[in-house]
Amino acid sequence: MATIQISLNGTMESELPLNTDLLTIGRKSDNDIHIDSLAVSGYHAKILTVMNDSFIEDLGSTNGTFLNGEQIEKNALSDGDIIKIGKHELKYVNANAKTGDDFEKTMIINTGTAGMQETEGSQQIDQSVGKIVAEIASADSGKSSIQKARIRLASGANSGKELALTKVLTTLGKPGVQVAAITRRPTGYFLIHIDGGDNGEKPKVNNEAIGSKAHPLKDNDTLEVAGVTMTFLFD
Amino acid sequence: MNLTDKINITGITDEGLVRDHNEDSIGHNDELGLLVLADGMGGHKGGEVASAIAVDSIMQDLSNALPLITTGKIDESTGYSLESMLIEKAIKDANFKIYTAAQKNSNYEGMGTTVVVLLLYDNRITIAHVGDSRLYRMRDRILEQMTRDHTLLQELVDRGFYTKKEANESLNKNLVTRAVGVNSSVDVDLLEDIALTDDIYLLCSDGLTDMIDDDLIEDIILNHRDDQEKMTRELIKQAKDHGGKDNVSVILGNVLKEFPVNSNWINKFFDIFS
Repeated sequence: MATIQISLNGTMESELPLNTDLLTIGRKSDNDIHIDSLAVSGYHAKILTVMNDSFIEDLGSTNGTFLNGEQIEKNALSDGDIIKIGKHELKYVNANAKTGDDFEKTMIINTGTAGMQETEGSQQIDQSVGKIVAEIASADSGKSSIQKARIRLASGANSGKELALTKVLTTLGKPGVQVAAITRRPTGYFLIHIDGGDNGEKPKVNNEAIGSKAHPLKDNDTLEVAGVTMTFLFD
Repeated sequence: MNLTDKINITGITDEGLVRDHNEDSIGHNDELGLLVLADGMGGHKGGEVASAIAVDSIMQDLSNALPLITTGKIDESTGYSLESMLIEKAIKDANFKIYTAAQKNSNYEGMGTTVVVLLLYDNRITIAHVGDSRLYRMRDRILEQMTRDHTLLQELVDRGFYTKKEANESLNKNLVTRAVGVNSSVDVDLLEDIALTDDIYLLCSDGLTDMIDDDLIEDIILNHRDDQEKMTRELIKQAKDHGGKDNVSVILGNVLKEFPVNSNWINKFFDIFS
């Protein structure tokens, strides 16, 4: 099992096994690793552990979390990594990491209920894995709900006119000149090239022609399709 | 519309070199332009049962339902085509069947399956997937992964814990965060796009993508463009030559000709500014 060795000024003060899926570090006494120092924020950082892999994440601390000398927000941990929080050093020790190319069967993590539905062979998954995954999945980036979006024409006869992107696939352009489409995927909105007319020209995003792959769209991107300029906007 | 002469579809599923049975299932209906691939997991015989139920049930549901709708019509409330709605429903039905079978038979407890579905209709496509089976498209000699794996690893990459490179070295490669049949309900990722002549669509299980990388897949497809049967066999062969540690399945769909419902289909592109 992986452990965390906590040192101050080169002297190891304690060693903690990473046997829980979530371990918090901070100045307040209800942290799993409690560091009583003003350089440490109340809730400074956390370490997530999923099976044999662990991850450090800064919790918006005042003085930052450093991994091998570099300030990080979140990162995977490897054996021997030094996490620095205030004046304290936390060494991540995991002798079992990276056991080569043991090819494991695919397993299902059931995030719908607490814990893990299924194990394969001798693999036993900690009941908390499902919870941890659910937590990782629910953190920040909000992938589940795709925001509504629209385009506003910025040139041509219909300048100023807006079109709500209510369909999953909205086609734009003039047949024979240039045709493109905006598609709403679970990961966001994308512009795709369909037909460039006789000269095969591709539509532009922020003045650059897109490639053959779907091009991800950001709020306020300027699109040019069939000579018409338009702005992509999130509602 | 019969798509048999417009889309060329080939598929192979193979046990690989290490496993003693094949838990992948594949199916295609060439008339409908329907391709379905599932990679089962769990239980004693559960994995192969789950993937077989998924493929059979989805194929059957869609063969019944698709002829009854107006091709390419959009559902006003969701913005999806009716085809997409039917595919989502078919996967949810399969989910219920597998879940129920698992509840009734202790040998099947906890079984589940990934699924990836491609339907081609009216010069369009719908892709639906759950789990880590993938769909790629080759267009203009460039290979693009169109699905996003439902794995812990992908979640960690998306959330900035890992770079892609670190992810490839992780031990948690094979933890799937979504599967068909493990819960009473399932979330399906749906994607709609336009199909163009000469597009090649590849559906595959992780037995392919864990063994060979995207660059090699791209090379194999480019090198066998004139012989799709050979392309299919070569993908399987390369996965086995690189270890063959898991079951490996591929289905390829090659767009030979346009397949619009109306012959002047391009004139339908008037969502905005005509």
